Amino acid sequence: MSSNKYLIFLGCAIPYRVSSYEISARKVLAKLGVELVEMPEFNCCGLPLDPVSHEMMLILAARNLALAEQQGLNIITLCPGCAGTLKKVNKILKEDKALREQINGHLKEAGLEFKGTVTTKHLMQVLIEDVGLEKIKSAVLKPLTMLKVAEHNGCHILRPKEYIGFDDPEDPQTLKTLIEATGATCLDYMDETECCGAPSVGVSDKVALQLARDKLNHVKMVDAQALITICPFCHIMYDTNELRIEKMFNEAYGIPILHYPQLLGLAMGMSPEELAFNELRVNASKLLTQVTEGAK
Amino acid sequence: MTETATTKEPNREPIKASEIDPKFKYELSRMHGSEKILRCFQCGTCTSDCPVARYSETYRPRTIIRMAQLGLRDRVLNSDTLWLCAACFTCTDRCPQDIEVASVIRVLRNLAAEKGCVPIVFKEQIASVLESGYAYKIPDLRIKKRETQGLPPLPKGNPASISKSLKGVKFLENIEKKSEQQ
Ligand code: SF4
Ligand code: SF4
Repeated sequence: MSSNKYLIFLGCAIPYRVSSYEISARKVLAKLGVELVEMPEFNCCGLPLDPVSHEMMLILAARNLALAEQQGLNIITLCPGCAGTLKKVNKILKEDKALREQINGHLKEAGLEFKGTVTTKHLMQVLIEDVGLEKIKSAVLKPLTMLKVAEHNGCHILRPKEYIGFDDPEDPQTLKTLIEATGATCLDYMDETECCGAPSVGVSDKVALQLARDKLNHVKMVDAQALITICPFCHIMYDTNELRIEKMFNEAYGIPILHYPQLLGLAMGMSPEELAFNELRVNASKLLTQVTEGAK
Repeated sequence: MTETATTKEPNREPIKASEIDPKFKYELSRMHGSEKILRCFQCGTCTSDCPVARYSETYRPRTIIRMAQLGLRDRVLNSDTLWLCAACFTCTDRCPQDIEVASVIRVLRNLAAEKGCVPIVFKEQIASVLESGYAYKIPDLRIKKRETQGLPPLPKGNPASISKSLKGVKFLENIEKKSEQQ
């Protein structure tokens, strides 16, 4: 691949409170030869406002796509929600001429136009399709063979299949494959593709926390040493709430929640400090000791 | 803890003929996302696979679809439970009739929002997007900290350009009208 150069679309959740994901992803991508260009003047992808106004979501997403088209670069996102929205809107507007004209009528006011000339990929899709498994494997200097972990894909990287369509939503394999490329074992567990509950926070915390609790219970059942996520919202949901759930429901987990690039970064020989492990709420020091000792 | 839309029992009173709007389902089948609503044959797959339904006593996607089909416009749109959907899209992928169930819910929420029924979280996010481009107000501390974290500066949004693009959006116009009336 000659053109591993992308516009990075950060979205809102990551700069708001998940810098450990951004830090580790940038480090790993740079080492794998993926060049990132900052995306000026972007706005929220639109997804959070879709429940209130579909029209507003379409305009906001199309504005981002139009900005990327001006730069002539494809987009990479770290958030599956952003990737899904930009993909979906790109497809809808390319296929529906009347709607495209309506949305472009709005963008014209700001001197922009959607043409449908760029594609959007989530980090995971870039890793598997553009960087490639071979290159990732050859970048692994310290295989994490001592680790047994579980994966959590989250909803928006999988569903709806019609728009996202790069993995099987009922039996997703990409994240597993990427985890195993680090040398770690990826364990199967109950209800792997279940929602983390994050979108219900603020509407019903009760429902949200119950869903997160189910997930942590299932992950604990198979003795996973960590849960690996690829979404800022899923990460917030588990990492921020694990201690709260333990107290509320009288549970004990102690399961660190890692961003996939943190896991990959460790395997590539980067230090926990470089990968912002210190920003995690759930302490990962036990796991890090296992990694250091296992490597001896 | 915020519990703005959970516990209120949905209206289970017997249906009166005067409540029924027979055109509602046709209106929905012309809207983007709910085109296939007439196809629902009430199998219940959506509800049985819905993670929210598992823990909510009131949220049932199949019931919402049926009420919409029947034309119970006000009952559906005034119901708090409409806002509980986590948009996980499990129902959309599994509906045997190929209905985009999650999108039907979204269409109904949009209609409720036009009437002014919107949970506060959403209002805050809209205000933030209009102000900064971001859906959340990103703390200054975070923005400053980026440098010490080795991260590039956070791109500044362009609120003027965003407002221009959003001119004429129905939902925003409704809000403006409302605040003028007050
Ligand atoms: S899964 Fe589809 S057909 Fe079955 S009840 Fe739900 S919407 Fe209706
Ligand atoms: S999208 Fe909403 S209604 Fe459908 S399964 Fe998920 S939470 Fe339930």
